[in-house]
Amino acid sequence: MCLGIPAQIVAVTDPDRMMAMAEVSGVRREVSVAPVAGGALEDLVGKWTLIHVGFAMALIDEDEAAATLEALRDLGEAQEALDAMAAGDAAIEGGR
Amino acid sequence: MKYAEEFRDPKAAKALLAQIAAVADQIGARRDKPVRIMEICGGHTHAIFRYGLDKLVHEGIEFIHGPGCPVCVLPMRRIDECIEIAERENVIFTTFGDAMRVPGTKKSLLQAKAGGADIRMVYSPLDALELARRNPDREVVFFGLGFEATTPPTALSIQQAAREGLGNFSVFCNHITVPPPIRALLDDPHMVLDGFVGPGHVSMVIGTHPYDFISRDYGKPIVVAGFEPLDLLQSVLMVLQQIRDGRAEVENQYARVVPEHGNPVSLAAIADVYESRPSFEWRGLGEIDESGLRIREAFREYDAERKFRIGYGARRVPVAEPEGCACGAVMSGRMKPVDCPQFGRGCTPEMPLGALMVSSEGACAAYFQYGGARAVAE
Repeated sequence: MCLGIPAQIVAVTDPDRMMAMAEVSGVRREVSVAPVAGGALEDLVGKWTLIHVGFAMALIDEDEAAATLEALRDLGEAQEALDAMAAGDAAIEGGR
Repeated sequence: MKYAEEFRDPKAAKALLAQIAAVADQIGARRDKPVRIMEICGGHTHAIFRYGLDKLVHEGIEFIHGPGCPVCVLPMRRIDECIEIAERENVIFTTFGDAMRVPGTKKSLLQAKAGGADIRMVYSPLDALELARRNPDREVVFFGLGFEATTPPTALSIQQAAREGLGNFSVFCNHITVPPPIRALLDDPHMVLDGFVGPGHVSMVIGTHPYDFISRDYGKPIVVAGFEPLDLLQSVLMVLQQIRDGRAEVENQYARVVPEHGNPVSLAAIADVYESRPSFEWRGLGEIDESGLRIREAFREYDAERKFRIGYGARRVPVAEPEGCACGAVMSGRMKPVDCPQFGRGCTPEMPLGALMVSSEGACAAYFQYGGARAVAE
């Protein structure tokens, strides 16, 4: 749970709450970009970030993102993160 | 070596292993007189076993698995307190999935959920915030646990709750910090460590300076590392080179992600919302000064500890480990997982007796998954 997963920011969704849509392995998830929002939020669109428990914790370059994702897949952590995202969605929708 | 073939760049791995062996020979590291390197982070422990790095490196190098698996160092009492809160009327208790199977003194969160408590696994504290928005008549509690990589997300979530005035949201804060247990380990006269591989994603938040004391006060090298296998090998080499050259420095192998001074937004959020507790209990390590965080008075409305009068601030009764569980000895490096009489017998990842078997980042689970068969074969 301490490892972040690389994702690409694809759109800003809620500027007031600093929320943006991130995409990883074809899965989309709304995340907070507060930790990496140095300038205009729109500038983040297209950038790669390390997403950790729903927050973009650092900006990384595309090569780093690819290498990290591969390492996470090897460790089974990538799937773990995607499963956790799905579980989170289910929890909000009332799943117990 | 089965796993060695799976390296993305086997040539680079081979070259690094050869360099490591050369430096290990130069400093006289041998199987019976090993250089002991602690990887602090549980993610690193997992990667070391996944790739069999402990078997690939020169035989004079021994990895000691550090306290960096947050659910593994969580005392049973904290789980009991979670369950106490979760079983209260009208509460939705939310947690990262990792904590679900950690045994409490009577049951785990998973068992409490099966017994009827409304406990939900979430991916992010933001999921808990959303639950609070959608369920204004329920109390939504988020179990805040983990090191500095998960602390900013809960701090930022509490700030967001305060902005929205979400009075039915609170955090049960059991966040801990990396440097204090390292100091405690270094102060332990029985611990003989020669150097450290520092955590990557925690350091992305706090930077490299919080480790300065390791080199300055204790004369030990530390290299902050990424968690790809080549990162880990490179970092081990850097630690060995420091030892060979008589240096003790904080080096950053993972500079492509870890800034020297960390992430300013995250650090500001931590400082705004949290303060240090005088001391905090760690499973296997006992009480450690200034090693845990609590929510500041200014955010008291969002503090489950105050709201439910439960938790570390209210009661500090240490609870003995379950009979036969040697997690404490393993955690402090005094025992190898396979030497625990319960390992693979009374304690498996499916039915964990101790916390080190629960998480994939725990040393016992890593041994079991990747090293158990290997240990038997040897």
